[in-house]
Amino acid sequence: MSATPQSADAGGPHPPATHSQDLIVRYNASERTNHWLGAICFVLAALSGLALFHPSLFFLSNLIGGGPWTRILHPYLGLAMCLSFVFLASRVARDNRMQPKDWQWLRQYRDVIENREERLPEVGRYNAGQKLVFYAVVGCLTLLLLTGIIIWRVYTTGYFPVGVVRLGSVLHAIAALILICTIIVHVYAAIWVKGSVDAMTLGTVTPGWAWKHHRAWFREIMGHATNPRSRAD
Amino acid sequence: MALQSLDIVRRSATTTRSPDIRQPPAGGGVAKLIDTTKCIGCKACQVACMEWNDLRDEIGTNIGQYQNPHDLSASSWTLMRFAEVENPKGDLEWLIRKDGCMHCSDPGCLKACPSPGAIVQYANGIVDFHEENCIGCGYCVTGCPFDIPRISKKDHKAYKCTLCSDRVAVGLEPACIKSCPTGALVFGTKEDMQQHAAERVEDLKSRGFEHAGLYDPAGVQGTHVMYVLHHADQPQLYSGLARDPKISPTVRLWKGVAKPLGVALMALTALAGFFHYIRVGPDETDAADEAAAQAARRNPEKAT
Repeated sequence: MSATPQSADAGGPHPPATHSQDLIVRYNASERTNHWLGAICFVLAALSGLALFHPSLFFLSNLIGGGPWTRILHPYLGLAMCLSFVFLASRVARDNRMQPKDWQWLRQYRDVIENREERLPEVGRYNAGQKLVFYAVVGCLTLLLLTGIIIWRVYTTGYFPVGVVRLGSVLHAIAALILICTIIVHVYAAIWVKGSVDAMTLGTVTPGWAWKHHRAWFREIMGHATNPRSRAD
Repeated sequence: MALQSLDIVRRSATTTRSPDIRQPPAGGGVAKLIDTTKCIGCKACQVACMEWNDLRDEIGTNIGQYQNPHDLSASSWTLMRFAEVENPKGDLEWLIRKDGCMHCSDPGCLKACPSPGAIVQYANGIVDFHEENCIGCGYCVTGCPFDIPRISKKDHKAYKCTLCSDRVAVGLEPACIKSCPTGALVFGTKEDMQQHAAERVEDLKSRGFEHAGLYDPAGVQGTHVMYVLHHADQPQLYSGLARDPKISPTVRLWKGVAKPLGVALMALTALAGFFHYIRVGPDETDAADEAAAQAARRNPEKAT
């Protein structure tokens, strides 16, 4: 698996450790670049889309050069975001498959939000919340792409009857709302769980971070993935 | 195309009140009455519209019918639509309808428009596009129940009949009215036009058109362009004139409740995060976690 993380001392350049312990590589440079290209496209597409969604947000159209430029650029930003996410998703999809212990994790959502992680089942590379974010993004981007083609007036709207265009318009807005709320949760989670931002900026996390938040993944990369005791949980 | 005005009652993508200090005009605003029963299809109105508005559409092709051009466009704001209809008696009826913006009292284009002030509705009822504010998204086309606005391929702005708002503002009647040789086109206050139409309908009924009537659809709260139809019970005979036009419920959802609810949902999600941080606080990795991780590394068997 291409995304299998390695211990930082397993080879390759890595940022200097700020603590005495060895850092663990969670995302390599390509993955980080991919993530941030998508993130930049998302922010610009979201802001330009919101400008057209509610009059109180129309001022956001000035961020990318005014109303007509917003109309012109928004679809391309959306396409770039989708393309970028295809690559990202192909790297992380395997680690986002829901497992029985994920449902248990979700049922204990109170322990999640109250920072009582010791009570939760052990988490692999991604926890159930991250997996839900993944599926929400996959679903929303698919819907946004399809409805976006329907309402792209310059090129493609003419091929669809007006009823489909109306439905496409409202579904595009709803999918965008869900996506924006999902990304707000995603960004907040990175702020909330300290050490997460480093994973996507520097590429590394501390062993303690991996131990605390993704213990099953920690064991896996420490070379004990085949240990039956680790598998049992 | 429009003039500066203090008589704006509605303005697109605007949540506060528009400048409407003046008294609303008497007689329910202005209206154009199109009497299809008097129309001879001469297209003088099309020519007058082109002349006054300095519009020259591309030369099209003849497909064996009188309708020319084939459809409305950014440069053809009005169009005589010719329908050949066989009636139940087996006779042919040539139903000619001058198509163009209906100037709805509840305009779907204005409701859908995301650009502040790109579409306005004057107190006299005229719905006008201000193309300098138009961003070319085409939402007006999506919102219109009559399929009227067209986006120009040249400048990507939306265009349609202005009801000659520039002429009406200085007390003139629209150019098309001026040109009509049969009196099929009449212009005045809406009340006067309704009264005139009632006389026409009465006359038509006396001459055997029992379903003659005025087309002033209530679904869009009436229009400022109205038709006298011989067959008001079957408006669709007139090249697909909508039987019960209204702003689509989908557009109402998209441009109605979805807007404030959507903004509220996003704001609440962000606020929920902020207050979670304030109340519960960050989830930090401490020295004990690092020590446990180091211990697990050194001795995996104990690390459970």
